[in-house]
Amino acid sequence: MKTLVIYAMAGLSGFVVMAFEMLGGRILAPWFGSDIYVWGSIITIFMTALAIGYLLGGRWSLQTPSMARYASLFAVAALLLAPMTWYADSMLEWTFNTIEDIRYASLLAATVLFAPATILLGMISPYSVRLLVETTHRSGAVAGVLYFVSTLGSALGTLFTSFYFVLWFEINQIVSALAITLVLLALLGYTTHRLRN
Amino acid sequence: MKPSHLWLLILVLFVPAAYARILHSEKSLYQNVLVVERQREVCLQFTVRRDLRNQTCMNVDRPDEMLFSYTRMMMAALLLREDPASILVVGLGGGTLPMALQQLFPAARMDIVEIDAAVVRVAKKYFRFTAAANTTVYTQDARVFGRRMNKQGQRYDLILLDAYNGEYIPEHLMTAEYLSETRSLLTETGVLAANTFAISTLYDHESTTYKHVFGRFLNFRHPDSANRVVLATQATFPGKEQLIARAAHLGPRLRRYGVDIKSYLPLLDGRPDWNPEARVLTDQYSPANLLNR
Repeated sequence: MKTLVIYAMAGLSGFVVMAFEMLGGRILAPWFGSDIYVWGSIITIFMTALAIGYLLGGRWSLQTPSMARYASLFAVAALLLAPMTWYADSMLEWTFNTIEDIRYASLLAATVLFAPATILLGMISPYSVRLLVETTHRSGAVAGVLYFVSTLGSALGTLFTSFYFVLWFEINQIVSALAITLVLLALLGYTTHRLRN
Repeated sequence: MKPSHLWLLILVLFVPAAYARILHSEKSLYQNVLVVERQREVCLQFTVRRDLRNQTCMNVDRPDEMLFSYTRMMMAALLLREDPASILVVGLGGGTLPMALQQLFPAARMDIVEIDAAVVRVAKKYFRFTAAANTTVYTQDARVFGRRMNKQGQRYDLILLDAYNGEYIPEHLMTAEYLSETRSLLTETGVLAANTFAISTLYDHESTTYKHVFGRFLNFRHPDSANRVVLATQATFPGKEQLIARAAHLGPRLRRYGVDIKSYLPLLDGRPDWNPEARVLTDQYSPANLLNR
């Protein structure tokens, strides 16, 4: 049961990361266009944030790992994601007015808007490995399934967002829905933790 | 199919292609830019998938003549604003419109925004585009340009929106927010003309978006064209008498471009012919190219 929950949570976090990244392009476009360097900024920041997240998640998993702590990663990620819906515009306006060169302006905007939540989402993967692995012998197999689930989740997040969500909803509605998804996943994690203790 | 028919088919399919000569082919950052010569016409094309769409064409012997009906239709803006002192053109293409406007209004200050430097080069090299002394070409995103000019308090008497990529108008240039930003670049009596398609469900969405931003606008559709030109202003629209007088005055000056401005008068329509329920496009909701079917 716990294993299944962790895979589901990791898979959906992958979904959220890429859905968020696809929306990133739309969030920046009204201010910086959708030039190659705007997408360059977005991808750079997501990759860097995930890299930092992996490192931090790995470190944090050394200290009394638990389902409760795992769930808290989702909760904090939601807290960092949700406020974007109201501060993004003023942030974008400020960067646009402050930095003349659109490349660096979009890079800074992407950092402030997308990095915090993405770092938290990046912490989930290594932490999942820690919770799932019981023997060194099985560690490779566990990591394999985990990458499979979370990367597949990412692929689906990309597809659904770019094909359908933007057609049906407003960007802020989708961002809010992603934050709510993370909150629900956090609750699922806590519940699993309590049931086991 | 009999072999002789097959040969005929091959002939029909390939002979016109053999007539077309590629003058220039370039992969720019934004599109594949192709300049093709066919008989006495030079055309600019942006490739999308396998079908080629002409962005603009020029007759080598009569370079002033506007060969596309939508280009001629854009000139209807002059009925609403006869003597613009400042002009903004969004999207250069082959430079047909800016060239005509430079000739018609040599004293006017003109800004042109074109995202693709390759298009600017090609327009100069193959379409005889030259920027006059009081014309400035900006190679940047139109949205970024608009915000910057707004910040500087820049205003224009005439704004022509004609920014197309290979597919359609870029999505961030179709939203209500962008149109408001553009509206605020107009002088009090300034006029905006926008070239859009009239054949997909997107037509309804674009129409409600223009309505949302400008209130009333003139919807100019022509039986020759699958495009529609939106004519909008914050000033009051001129009356019928005034339009007729202007058309009479402009007529001879526009003849060299192949524009029969008088024939446009009965086609300028203020009545909506779109679904008024269509959702307004905004920065929050702009799946434009998904709707363009």
